[in-house]
Amino acid sequence: MNLSSVAIGQYMPGESLVHRLDPRTKIMLSLVVVVALFIVKSAWAYAALGALIIGTVMASRVPLKMVLRGLRPLLFVMVLTFGLHLFMDPGEPIFRIGKIVATDKGLAQGLITVARLSLLIMATSTVTLTTSPIAFTDGLESLLKPLSFVGVPAHELAMMMTIALRFIPTLLEETDKIMKAQMARGADFETGNIAKRARAMIPILVPLFVSAFRRADELAMAMEARCYRGGQGRTRLRQLRLGTLDMAALALVIAYAVTVVAVL
Amino acid sequence: MSDTIIQVRNVYYTYMRGTPLARQALAGVNVSIERGELVAIIGRTGSGKSTLIQHFNGLLKPDSGTVAVGGRDIWRKGVVLRDIRRKVGLVFQYPEHQLFEETVAADIAFAPRNLGMSETEVDEAVREAMRVVDLDYDALCDRSPFELSGGQKRRVAIAGVLAMRPEVLVLDEPTAGMDPRGREEVLAEIRQLHETHGYTIVLVSHSMEDVARFAERLIVMDGGAVVMEGSPREVFRNRDDLVRMGLGVPQVTGLMAELAARGLPYAEDVITVEEAMHTLLPALLRVSGRGEGEVGA
Repeated sequence: MNLSSVAIGQYMPGESLVHRLDPRTKIMLSLVVVVALFIVKSAWAYAALGALIIGTVMASRVPLKMVLRGLRPLLFVMVLTFGLHLFMDPGEPIFRIGKIVATDKGLAQGLITVARLSLLIMATSTVTLTTSPIAFTDGLESLLKPLSFVGVPAHELAMMMTIALRFIPTLLEETDKIMKAQMARGADFETGNIAKRARAMIPILVPLFVSAFRRADELAMAMEARCYRGGQGRTRLRQLRLGTLDMAALALVIAYAVTVVAVL
Repeated sequence: MSDTIIQVRNVYYTYMRGTPLARQALAGVNVSIERGELVAIIGRTGSGKSTLIQHFNGLLKPDSGTVAVGGRDIWRKGVVLRDIRRKVGLVFQYPEHQLFEETVAADIAFAPRNLGMSETEVDEAVREAMRVVDLDYDALCDRSPFELSGGQKRRVAIAGVLAMRPEVLVLDEPTAGMDPRGREEVLAEIRQLHETHGYTIVLVSHSMEDVARFAERLIVMDGGAVVMEGSPREVFRNRDDLVRMGLGVPQVTGLMAELAARGLPYAEDVITVEEAMHTLLPALLRVSGRGEGEVGA
């Protein structure tokens, strides 16, 4: 099992144009792309949106491999949905395995679903790979702020996100360590049926929860020791400001997405 | 011919290989551990110590090079890693963080059960392991490991590895984060395991004082390679090199070297406080005009 394969929350520092965009710009634009992905239907439109995402990744100078890595955890879901579409959708049969028939419409729909899922993940992981977790949640907080009038705890949500993102790598490392410690005691996570494997997780999960709670306790203390008492009246060291670059990026990407949705 | 139990030959290992975050941790390491010895591995944080010991029992697979335990390459086809992990018991840093069972006895029994021992064998192994680390079986076996003291938790965790009856016991900084008394107790137990129970022991440590007192042989690592090897006395002669590597020598060795540098003819080879006392006391007594005959009283 390789735990280093999770890309979410793994910021790749850089100085590219994409890195320098305001986090709010990046979040909004990824939303635009995600919405577009759900509206469009033709293969050309997916290709166009794919080109946009891959172009952005190129511009960010983050290796494409790092972005594709984020797809790995969903590989199973993608294969499953592809298979379901291929064999379950009505349409002209292309080939058959025993009684199960693969159809042309199923193939098309399967490919589209896989493309949609992968582009979705690629778009969002491009944002998280080029935005530091702090900038990301600052942006999120700022975007959610208007909603605090209707009772959305924008600051608290953003703080929870910051903490969660910050601790993903830590907890992965911890999991890796605990797994190894139990393997050193002869534990086996790789063989046996589902029930046996689920039981084999207990020696990992119990220590992991214990340590997560210990960390939470320590973190709460550390925050209180630095006089944290919620978002009210907090000022910021880094003020978010939308620049020309952001305006240009917003205008161009929205125009592109609208064109794709309208034309293709 | 000496009896080599672990043989590491020309091992290279890189974390997150093939990503921009790749970091080489071992660069051509050669190490052999002889049966019955007490070896300490020292090196600054990030020198590759922990990576190396995870190769000893097959938790990490070398990118290139070989690891042999008991003369057999552990990555050859047909070798069951679980057998290797039984032979080479590895106690991680802060091992108490791996405890998970409801009772102390059940936690220690985890490894023997995984190895397929019968219930009577398991029970025997648990009792023996607890006896070796000085834990009272009758008082503790049904307690939750989470309600014990820090030192007790650590001993339960060490017992959890000892219960496999390994041939080699590898401990990664067993005294990290403990108070002086806890450290002394754990170190005394390790020495006892070695002397009374005949365990081969590999100790990873940051404390020059501890390794000077306990280890028969030192392996010094720096930048993913072994840079020095020898008895503590030999190794601690290279004070400047060790300091450059972010290590050092025991304080008392430093003190004696300073004294020697100022022209006082005392042994430079001193590595423990006891030795220093035996070297300095006669000299001090001479200065104060008393006879040497009183030394040792």
